[in-house]
Parts: sequence; structure tokens; C-alpha cells
Amino acid sequence: MSEILSAPYVLEYTYTRSTGPVVGRFLESLRYEVLEGVKTADGRVLCPPLEYDEDGEPTTGEFVTLRPSGTVKSWSWVQEPRKGHPFDRPFAWALIQVDGTDNAMVHAVDAGKAKRMRTGMRVRLRWADEKDGTIRDIACFEPIAPFTPGPVHLEYDVNPGEHYSAYLRGLKQGKLIGGRDPEAGNVYVPPRGADPMTGNPTSEYVEVADVGVLTTFAIIRIPFEGQKLTPPYCFGAIVLDGADSPIYHLISGVPHDEIRMGMRVKAKWKPQDQWETSLENILYFEPTGEPDAPFDSFKEHL
Amino acid sequence: MRDVAIVSFSQLPSVKAIDAADEPELVQPVTSDAMKQVGLTQDDIGFTCSGSTDYLPGRPFSFVAAVDGLKAWPPIRESHVEMDGAFALYEAWVRLMHGDIDTALVFSFGKSSLGPVPDVLNLQNDPYYVQPLGLDSISAAALQAQAMIDAGKATERDFADVVARNRRNAIDNPNAHIKGDFSIDEMLEEPYISSPLRKSFCPPLSDSAAAIVLAAGDTAKKLAKKPAWIRGIDHRTEPHALGQRDLTASPSAKLAAEKAGVGKGKVDVAELHAPFAHQEIILREAMGLGDEVSINPSGGALAANSLMTAGLIRFGEAAARILSGDANRAVAHTTNGVCLQHNLVAVLEGE
Repeated sequence: MSEILSAPYVLEYTYTRSTGPVVGRFLESLRYEVLEGVKTADGRVLCPPLEYDEDGEPTTGEFVTLRPSGTVKSWSWVQEPRKGHPFDRPFAWALIQVDGTDNAMVHAVDAGKAKRMRTGMRVRLRWADEKDGTIRDIACFEPIAPFTPGPVHLEYDVNPGEHYSAYLRGLKQGKLIGGRDPEAGNVYVPPRGADPMTGNPTSEYVEVADVGVLTTFAIIRIPFEGQKLTPPYCFGAIVLDGADSPIYHLISGVPHDEIRMGMRVKAKWKPQDQWETSLENILYFEPTGEPDAPFDSFKEHL
Repeated sequence: MRDVAIVSFSQLPSVKAIDAADEPELVQPVTSDAMKQVGLTQDDIGFTCSGSTDYLPGRPFSFVAAVDGLKAWPPIRESHVEMDGAFALYEAWVRLMHGDIDTALVFSFGKSSLGPVPDVLNLQNDPYYVQPLGLDSISAAALQAQAMIDAGKATERDFADVVARNRRNAIDNPNAHIKGDFSIDEMLEEPYISSPLRKSFCPPLSDSAAAIVLAAGDTAKKLAKKPAWIRGIDHRTEPHALGQRDLTASPSAKLAAEKAGVGKGKVDVAELHAPFAHQEIILREAMGLGDEVSINPSGGALAANSLMTAGLIRFGEAAARILSGDANRAVAHTTNGVCLQHNLVAVLEGE
């Protein structure tokens, strides 16, 4: 058979549509940035307004002005918009129940990324700059953040005091420094000005080991504002050999389901050329492989 | 009510594009084959009805041209619905109820390959509130799929499961377009087209045509050894606006199934017209089709989706299993409109 001929072809219907008193009023109101719904005979409000409700009852012709905000009832994220879509960048389609109404409107949500979309989210209407009395006078909806910005920004010069300074200087040299009350003998890491058990000054500095006992721990699985690490990760309390109080640090180098109280752990230090006056010189603590410490040996430190 | 049966069925294999065929060229092979199977010619047909949409070829009144694929001289009794061919079958069934004729020819044709189908289907949406936004058919279905996930009625894995079963069933169907063993895990790695719909959760777009011959009473018994009797048939529609109904359920399919008598006996086979995977889950729940029912042994619309024809093919596939004696009681279903707005259900029986 010979080749089948093919040619581009455009189909257009350049009809106009009459809108009538219900649809027409709604669309005309959009020009003035007024969002209206219509009341049904049984007292519900429909937006977009319809001439008849789903029971076939004529709506009342009574219009109510609505807040230009609503709730997403379902949505679909479009990563690669098609020709004819309301945006040429990623956006969401959504069914939006405008506040004070009983149905839902199909429209677009300009959310930037899919992660911001969820059913039940609050959205506000964004008006188009140019209006022509069509549904596109509503440019789209956009997410309403459920919080307002409440920034606090204050700048200080921090002075950690004499004892904490000694601790930080020790870290710079790869040492863990504690403070001891010479009378009771308790060693606190980091050092404090006084032994809280006796009230005596901790007048002596002692170096403790970078090995100790994991006394308790938590595995963090929940993200939160300002979080530096990606969950899940483990945070633990470590009583270093020679100390009577725990320091707190990350536990790593071991599957989370194998982490246990009493596990012997050792500091994993950064390369020495990166040491600062900071506990961040230690990346994390990891198991030594030694036998676990018996519970009675650390129960006083929990 | 007269007893009316499907006595023959013919279809073209659904493929990505049948370039070398215009409307009469698509229609002629299937109508002549359906009639030939039962020894009839157009002169023996009491009523002819077709289903198609001009928006697929982009040519107004293309269905009129399709009549040239029939023998329409001397003039025949003919009608057309701008819907799937299954709704033309419904009209033919109603016409046979008049009692003055005993046979009807139903056909449909769909060339999905010519135009931008997802955008064409936006023309089904409300012309004031939705069409101007450009809501394509995949995105509309995606709003329904997400609503199902939010309602806890299905997961994306359930969608993939439906696709895998349909396309596995299609391996044995020489007329199916997309078939094979598809990995659920691989489907779940596909990017979203419109979330939560990935490519595999959507139907292919196919070109095809199909024809069915209906006959009443003794004529049906003469024409076929085991006619597929239409014991019940009903269609129901829901409100047009997507924001005006619960997208996770199908009260129209439920009611149509009740009226057609789906629950009155054991169902062997159901051919459901569910273009999108999640829609099969909605339809099964609405129509009360349990795990004991063989759903879409042909592969359904996820395996072959010629628009306006995929529904009539469901009727043909269900009837073929009764005509062959493989099943005794089958359900055939066709949907129309956005997000399962309108549903047609029939019960076919061998006895």
C-alpha cells in the first residue's frame, strides 16, 4: 500500500456562551474581586454557584459574599504542566471547599513544591491582575501557613565563664576536662564552679577518658524546625571513665536496634587539624566492643 | 419485556494507531464480520446504532461518514449517540423493546491517535468553571485517586496491583494493546504524571472499532447456539460538578447494578470499564463484586483503550464468554463522563 498522507489540522469553535443570572453574576463579581456563593433551598451555600443543586432543586438566587479562602479536599501535583494548564511551572490541581460553602471548586494551587500539598490544608485565593469575567479571574489559590512569622534576633557576646573556658580549651587539645571537689571527690564534666551535692568549689581540674558508658539514649525520628541532622539518629548520655556526670552526644557506627544501656562507647574525633574550642571536635561516640557495664555500675548516673 | 441477546461480536485489535483507515474503513470490517458470524447482511438488520465522538478525529459529523461503511441504501433505520458504543447498544435494546423488529446492529469506532485526547476530554467539563482552567482527563482522575488514598480506601500499591492483574490477563487477548507481566515495585518507581497517578495507572490510548449484533426472542435462538441474554440493563448518572459528589464512591454504578440485578445470582465474569486503575476498586465496591468474580479476563481498559469503543468491547468480551460457553452469568459495564460520572451496567446470561 502507498504511504498514508498526514497534515496538521486545527479545530476551533469560536462560539460565545451566555451565562445567565447565576453563573453570570458570579463571574461578573469576580471582576470586582468579590467571591460569591448561592444559597440552596435547604440553606446550603454553593461556590461556584449552580442554577440547580444535585437534587434538581433550583437554587434560591440569594447570593452570599464569601471569604476568599478555603480548605483542600483533594489534590494532584503536576510536575510537568501540559499546554493549556494554568501554570507553566509545577503546580497542584485541587478541589477547594471555600469557607462557608458546602461544595468544592476545581482550581489550581500555586504551592511551589508537592511537599507543601496535603488534603485539609488551608488556602487563600489569589486574584488575577487582569480580569475578564471568567473563572480565570481567580489566578489560583495559595497555601496559608498555619503560623505567622515571629522572629527574634538578638546579638550577644557569650562568655562561658572560667570553668567552661577550661573545658573548651581542653577540647581544643583533644582532652576532656572535668572539675573536682577535692573533699567529696566527685568529678563533673563539663566542670562547674561548685559541686551541687556538697556546695564546695570544684577547685581541681582533672582529665577524664574519652571512653565511657552509654547510660541512656533516644532515637530521634521526628523532624523539627532548626534540626541539623536528618532523622533517624541517636542521641545518648555518656558517663566517661573518671567522671560522675554524663555528657550528651550522638551515638553512631552501630545499627539503632543494637544500641543499649550499658554499652561501652568511645569518642570518634575529627582530624586534629580541625579541632576548635568546641565539643563538635568529637563527631560521635561509637561502641568499643568491650563487654557492657553492669546496670548497678551506672544506675546512680541516670 | 422481550428477551434480547447479544448474538455476535467483532473487534479490531486495539493498537496505538491504525493510520490506514478513516471512519468507514474502521467500521466496515467489524460490522460485516459481526453480521457474517450469524449469517446476516445489512438488509436483515432492523435498526443500526453507533457510538463515537467527533472530537477524536476533530471532524464535525464524522459519524455520518461512518455510515458509508454500512450498506445504507435503500435507506436504513439509523441512529447515533455521542457516547461510547455501549450506550448505542442500550438505545438499540430499547428500540428492540418496541417489538416491530428483531435484530439490531451496534457499532463504535475510536481513533484516539489523531488528537490530544487528555485535552479533548476537558471539553466534558463545565464550560464556565472548569474548561477554562484546562483540567485534563488524567488530572481529573488524579483528584479522584488522591481522594481514595485520603479516605483510606486504597493505596498506590493497590492501584499497581489492579494494573498488574489486568495486563497479565491481557496476555491471552490477541486484541489487547498493552499486555505482559508488569512488576508492581517498578510501577511504583515511575514518576507521577499528575500525582498520585503514574503512567502505568493510566490507560493506553488506542485505535479500534467494534460491532455487536443484538437479536430478540426466537431470532436470537436461531442465530446463536448460546445467545448472551440481556437479563437486566440500566444506566444512572450523577451530578456533573466534581465538587458536588463523593469521588471515592459510585452511587450511580451501585444503583445501575441493583436495577440490572447483578446481585440476584452468582457472577462468573465481570468486564468493567475502568480506564484508571483506582476506578476498578470503586466499581467493584459499588457493584458488590467479590474476589470470586473473574474481573476483566480480557485485560480491560488498562490493556486496550479505544475511546468510545472500550465500553462496547466490555459488552462484547463479556458476551463472548457466554457465547463460547465459558461462563453462564456475566456483568458488562461502561462508564461515561469525568471520574465515573455516568455508569451503564448489564447482566448477561446463557440460560
